[in-house]
Amino acid sequence: MSSANTNTSALIEGFEVVIGFETHTQLTTQSKIFSRASTAFGAEANTQACAVDLALPGTLPVMNKAAVERAIEFGLAVGGEISERSIFARKNYFYPDLPKGYQISQFEIPVVVGGEVSFFLGDTKKTVRLVRAHLEEDAGKSLHEDFVNQSGIDLNRAGTPLLEIVTEPDMRSSAEAVAYAKELHKIVTWIGICDGNMQEGSFRCDANVSVRRPGEPLGTRREIKNLNSFKFMQQAIDFEVRWQIEQLLDGHKIIQATVLFNPDTGETKSMRTKEDAAEYRYFPDPDLPPLEVSRTWVEEVKSRMGELPRDKAARFVSALGLPEYDASTLTQNQAMANYFEQTVALGAQAKLVSNWMMGELSRRLNAAHLDFDASPMSAPTLAALILRIMDATLSNHSAKTLLEALWEDEGSRGREPTAAQALVDVAIERLGLKQMNDTSALEGIIEQVIAANPDNIAQIKAGKDKAFNALVGQVMKASKGKANPKDVNDLLQAKLAAL
Amino acid sequence: MNAIHELSLTALAHALQTQQLSARQVAEHFLARARQHAASDAPLASDMAPAGVADPAHPSCGAFLSMDEAHTLAQANASDQRLQSGQARPLEGVPIAHKDIFVTQHFPTTAGSKILAGYRSPFDATVVARLNEVGMVSLGKLNCDEFAMGSANENSAFGVVHNPWDHTRIAGGSSGGSAAAVAMGLTPAATGTDTGGSIRQPAAFCGITGIKPTYGRASRYGMIAYASSLDQAGPMARSAEDCATLLTAMCGPDVERDSTSLDLPQEDYSTHLNRDIQGLRIGVPKEFFAKGLADDVRDAVQAALASLVQMGARLVEIELPKTELSIPVYYILAPAEASSNLSRFDGVKFGYRTKAYNDLDEMYQKTRSEGFGPEVQRRIMVGAYVLSHGYYDAYYVQAQKIRRMISEDFQRAFSQCDVIAGPVAPTVAWKLGEKSSDPLSNYLADIFTLPASLAGLPGMSVPCGFGEGHMPVGLQLIGNYLKESQLLNVAHRFQGVSDWHTQRPGSFA
Amino acid sequence: MSLTLQEISRIGELAKLQMTAPEQQSMLTQLNSFFDLVEQIKSVDTHGVTPLSHPYATVAEVALRLRPDVVSERNEREANQQSAPEVQKGLFLVPKVIES
Repeated sequence: MSSANTNTSALIEGFEVVIGFETHTQLTTQSKIFSRASTAFGAEANTQACAVDLALPGTLPVMNKAAVERAIEFGLAVGGEISERSIFARKNYFYPDLPKGYQISQFEIPVVVGGEVSFFLGDTKKTVRLVRAHLEEDAGKSLHEDFVNQSGIDLNRAGTPLLEIVTEPDMRSSAEAVAYAKELHKIVTWIGICDGNMQEGSFRCDANVSVRRPGEPLGTRREIKNLNSFKFMQQAIDFEVRWQIEQLLDGHKIIQATVLFNPDTGETKSMRTKEDAAEYRYFPDPDLPPLEVSRTWVEEVKSRMGELPRDKAARFVSALGLPEYDASTLTQNQAMANYFEQTVALGAQAKLVSNWMMGELSRRLNAAHLDFDASPMSAPTLAALILRIMDATLSNHSAKTLLEALWEDEGSRGREPTAAQALVDVAIERLGLKQMNDTSALEGIIEQVIAANPDNIAQIKAGKDKAFNALVGQVMKASKGKANPKDVNDLLQAKLAAL
Repeated sequence: MNAIHELSLTALAHALQTQQLSARQVAEHFLARARQHAASDAPLASDMAPAGVADPAHPSCGAFLSMDEAHTLAQANASDQRLQSGQARPLEGVPIAHKDIFVTQHFPTTAGSKILAGYRSPFDATVVARLNEVGMVSLGKLNCDEFAMGSANENSAFGVVHNPWDHTRIAGGSSGGSAAAVAMGLTPAATGTDTGGSIRQPAAFCGITGIKPTYGRASRYGMIAYASSLDQAGPMARSAEDCATLLTAMCGPDVERDSTSLDLPQEDYSTHLNRDIQGLRIGVPKEFFAKGLADDVRDAVQAALASLVQMGARLVEIELPKTELSIPVYYILAPAEASSNLSRFDGVKFGYRTKAYNDLDEMYQKTRSEGFGPEVQRRIMVGAYVLSHGYYDAYYVQAQKIRRMISEDFQRAFSQCDVIAGPVAPTVAWKLGEKSSDPLSNYLADIFTLPASLAGLPGMSVPCGFGEGHMPVGLQLIGNYLKESQLLNVAHRFQGVSDWHTQRPGSFA
Repeated sequence: MSLTLQEISRIGELAKLQMTAPEQQSMLTQLNSFFDLVEQIKSVDTHGVTPLSHPYATVAEVALRLRPDVVSERNEREANQQSAPEVQKGLFLVPKVIES
């Protein structure tokens, strides 16, 4: 198998991998989509399942406005079309965690159509097209542990609003699929429609996986259900792909099936399929008239939303001259984007800020499991540090030393720019990090180094760069790292030329 | 003074308000009559035998399914306190009985089905709550066809309802228990539901007055769903005046709980009862008077129309060309919706569960096969079929399209007339067992009530004479959307010059 | 149009209704005569007609009402479960749900 990260569309034993995702995101509403019971996680069994949720005879659904609003927000965030009129349909099947014997969902006409999600896989920009996103209700849960030959049904979760997000089969590797899922996760948490808590089941992915020889029509797909961790997602898809390829190479056909991933064995296994499981007898729910979303409402939501991550990233590119990769990384969550904008607003140069944030700061924050909104070094402090790089007070090397020193310093959490600048300057002084900008002293050092290395001079005259760099190194060492590298370079060259 | 059960609802309400009668007296009177005539006043056993054979030895008629004397009397006592302390509500102390399709906290609800035997709802249907709120006293729950599916009340799991005028005949369905109870004077009024004619037809067969309002006018919350886009609640009583009073209390928006409820202001349907009908244009659909109509029914209905003309109304011939098509259209749409609505009866959260099963699937299958009667199972099968892939467009969608055409035909008709009049059913009530082995023959008899159901228009049944075997005949009045007031007005004026509605079956005078 | 026994069996499975062989046969006969009755709708020209769901939509727009996102249902587990066939520790019990 090829290493997926370098060539994301690599064939596996001559087969192309085709992946599409269906993601169920639980929406952050207080009450359920069709009832007024609470959606809070962790309540005792069936204490948040009201008459409507239990499908008691005579109960009827009433639509939660906030759920619709969240769908509109999502549609705007991915550049999809918000349907002016969409229909709720019943998906009919029997299962104990489905109290009505049907799920209220959307079938022919969903609330959001189209849209796309872009992200970087390594250095390559990828775009996955969305088919649709629609509103539906979640089912309850079955618990098996405490019961022998029986399952206990908890319907607290029944009726929680879901937005189901469906992609085209655009992904070509498990790595790409996971990158998509992570990007989608970021979007829905950024805009606040989903809390993204995968352990609690707020964000669940089903992966539709098939393989084919390039140029052939799509192969039969199998659906891996309920992937709720990025790590397992990749493992599961990798196993499934290998399994399907082995089947085909052995001369077997792939039969459409729903499969579950077992994290303990690392394998995907087909669920007991009922051939008619796909016969859902969808029809428009007569208890719910059509949902109308006016353009006025959409505009109102849009104006309330604040800048969307994709728009922010685009602005970083066009207005601040950042590369797309940087813009994408900096907008991975609100905390990072805010930190970046604050720092730049204080005068620090955008690309420098980006480099330091994506490099030194991210490394330290990740190790401490912190986000940028909890960074031990505040944005004003970073800005102050970078301003001193920009005015040549600090060399890059010295700046790193400074960062190390300030990282644990309480004062560097400060927010006020003047105080931050003072903090930085005091530390520069205290640590003696100031870059030497006095060329006369530097000239002296250079003359000493030249005098001490006659062999190098000859080699330099013969055109050997390595010898030149060695001299530069000696000068830097002699100046205790405080010399300005550019000055060293220029002066050394001038002096050598004069010999 | 007349016996208490001979008083109209209006007169009864007045007697209570002026304390000529006490609520307790009234309640005891009706409870005694029910005890005397009801098949069973005990709470249901959980293992009742399925719908049975006509039993002429039982003068019961099988109207009541459950009663609770203690609860009824407690309600009556509370009403008396209010009446005595000047806190009386408009219908304080007036008894009512509810079709067992409406869920009630204080009585079990079965929907006429074994699958709900003993079921206790934790909430009251909105319609029930509204009638409680105007002070009415509940006598109990009334028999009906299982899940409101039937036209004869021969499909109840808890016994057949006999027609009070002739015990060898059907009472009509699905609100057979409601119609019979009112006809027998076991309650001054009852609630019913009408999906394809289930208020109008039993009202006609039992010689009482009933009205189905515009679809969406009465809340469906708490009304066990049969066909969601067709079901409507309505009152059944002895006169248009009584129906008007009840309809006023029953109707109105239920924005909080029913998304199909129309958000339009409540109306007082008694306001225009006495309006002059001079110049009223009465549309007479020629399709309603074609060859399938029995002569006795035709004669009674035409005589009624003649008296309306005498009062100044004018008859206009109109066309409702798709009248016959309403049968297949209804019997595709209603079962389709029902097949889905009834999926919740699975033995998991409430209701009947089969005793012996090895796995989940067996539990589902046995529970439902044992719990549902044959007609319900048939309709579920039909419904599942017409919704399935490959048939959905040709049947379900096609039926919905024709439904719109039928509705538009009515709009065209209403440009030429104010109300539409005709028979409720092609014949009077037929003999018990006559059509029970041929479900289709039942369906065909719905031909005159189905069109208004499909269009969601208000429809009334008014007693207008007697036919073969001295069986009551009903005049149907159909109005345009939200024209309940007009229908009640015409009916009330007709009842001012006729006394069909005052007549009672012999043994219940 | 004629249904087959196989279809009766399949639909019965979808609807979770169990039928013995004679019952299936009987259902088949009844459904076949039913479908003879409804066949006539196929010949109706409905070109250009929109299906009608909510009848009032014939004369006025009927749109979905939206309610504010407020929790107002409190815990009523006991009342809601009073008619449950089998309950333990607040959970509805069913035969084990097999998932693989």
